[in-house]
Amino acid sequence: MKIDVAYVSELARLELSDEEKSLFQTQLENIVGYVEKISEVDVEGVPPMMHGHDTVNAFREDVVGESLPAETALANAPKRVGDEFLLPKIVEGAES
Amino acid sequence: MELYELGVKEAQEGLAAGDFTAEDLVKAVIARKNAADGEVGAYLTFDEEHALELARLNPRSVPIAIKDLINVRGQPCTCASKILKGYVSPYDATVIAKLKAAGFIPAGRVNMDEFAMGSSTENSGLGVTRNPYDLTRVPGGSSGGSAAAVGGNLCIAALGTDTGGSIRQPASFCNCVGIKPSYGRVSRFGVTAFASSLDQVGPMTKSVEDAAILMKALAGHDEHDGTTPREEVPDYVKALEDASMKGVKIGIAKEYSNVTGLDPEVKRITDEAVKACENAGAEIVEVSLPHTEYAMAVYYIIAPAEASANLARFDGVRFGHRSEKAVDVFSLYCKSRAEGFGAEVKRRIIMGTYVLSSGYYDAYYSRAQKVRTLIKRDFDAVFQKVDALLTPCAPTPAFSFGEKQDPLTMYLNDLYTIPSSLAGVCASSVPAGFTADSKLPVGVQFVCGGFEEAKLFKISKAFEDISPVKAARAF
Repeated sequence: MKIDVAYVSELARLELSDEEKSLFQTQLENIVGYVEKISEVDVEGVPPMMHGHDTVNAFREDVVGESLPAETALANAPKRVGDEFLLPKIVEGAES
Repeated sequence: MELYELGVKEAQEGLAAGDFTAEDLVKAVIARKNAADGEVGAYLTFDEEHALELARLNPRSVPIAIKDLINVRGQPCTCASKILKGYVSPYDATVIAKLKAAGFIPAGRVNMDEFAMGSSTENSGLGVTRNPYDLTRVPGGSSGGSAAAVGGNLCIAALGTDTGGSIRQPASFCNCVGIKPSYGRVSRFGVTAFASSLDQVGPMTKSVEDAAILMKALAGHDEHDGTTPREEVPDYVKALEDASMKGVKIGIAKEYSNVTGLDPEVKRITDEAVKACENAGAEIVEVSLPHTEYAMAVYYIIAPAEASANLARFDGVRFGHRSEKAVDVFSLYCKSRAEGFGAEVKRRIIMGTYVLSSGYYDAYYSRAQKVRTLIKRDFDAVFQKVDALLTPCAPTPAFSFGEKQDPLTMYLNDLYTIPSSLAGVCASSVPAGFTADSKLPVGVQFVCGGFEEAKLFKISKAFEDISPVKAARAF
């Protein structure tokens, strides 16, 4: 099983160094080779298990509750301006 | 006896009798930490003023060490990752709020594998933790700091989290009691997510009764966590009153015996534990969990897949590390994550992203979820016949630093704990002996059905009463 580590790291938004790429290449192919084992199991008609128990649709009343004040939510921001998180320009040609 | 050697129950009794105050307890733990934690390294940070202030406000409270991925308002919560250096929690996790309401206070933050990914705490991005029973060895992981703190008498008790064995294996390595509750029994709100369909918070303590006291405080429905049913929480402490092995049916899974890599001393101690249960009146029944051989494979698809989704939130935008080298938003994500995450976290993100990527989802994630159903059915069938399973907790005692360089070799350390995690049932690790040659602690694992914690506590206590060793006492 050949994994395109460069492509997957782009999907994951995670830059890897050349050393990491070649190390992960071997290690991940070993791990994937190991987990391939599940292909031998007959799963015909078996439902997937999504969680640790069978509860589905845990509803609660749709009421206004307490939420974090903006200042608290922004307190850990790496960069901010007023009540907003500051980011590099996203849209080409737009004013940042 | 020094105050830091006390367990939860003894501390509560002393507080009630007026022998000492919460402040005395916190001061004793701090003094112990300052004297002994230099070589162990269980704690990442300890805000002494914060703990002392809480103790003064709650003079009847017992201090609890907290694994560094559980949020305590106003305290750091780094998940032992460089990406969260400097992060301060804006709110209390539900488990912290519940602890506070039940007469406990958070005191000190203990080390772990980064984002709980690992079995030795060697993956911590922020510090080294050594096994208090042998400083040349690892404490296990990912809750290695919690286990080292409890086993080394550096705290009264601790909270850990368990995704595939992260409470039970370090508890075994460091001679303490660890409980992995059934999935959904304890709220995950405010606990940094690793694999959301598996993660559970649980107590790590010096006795089964201490674990029961803490579980009584932790368990129950939380409207902030939709996976916590409104099922009644039994009185786990009361359940211990008639703890006995008499007539208990203990299952021994044939797939778990003679596994390659099972240390002969671990095998001896486990066999002796089985014998002790039998002598105390338990009925030993051989059972089968036919899909055991697929559990590791299923876990190493599902856990990284869920981790890759959960860790997408660390993007350098709202909190955590932001790269100075970014030129646009895409490179801000890629570089912030590259600079902030350690090797194992990166490996699992790549693995998880791969198995979820277009064209592979059905072969891996979807198929793994179906095999997981079969694994759960194995457990359902077994618990029709027996009250509990008794297994080794980990295939080896604590290993040396750097001994397991290959990720896959490290992963295989969790082969006894992963199947029950996948099944969502509850399990404990209880001290059972020391290896003959190097005197390393070894625990055994009891596994009970989903939401059968009362039974699990009863059986674990009955075993503790006949076990040749006591938790945290040989240090």
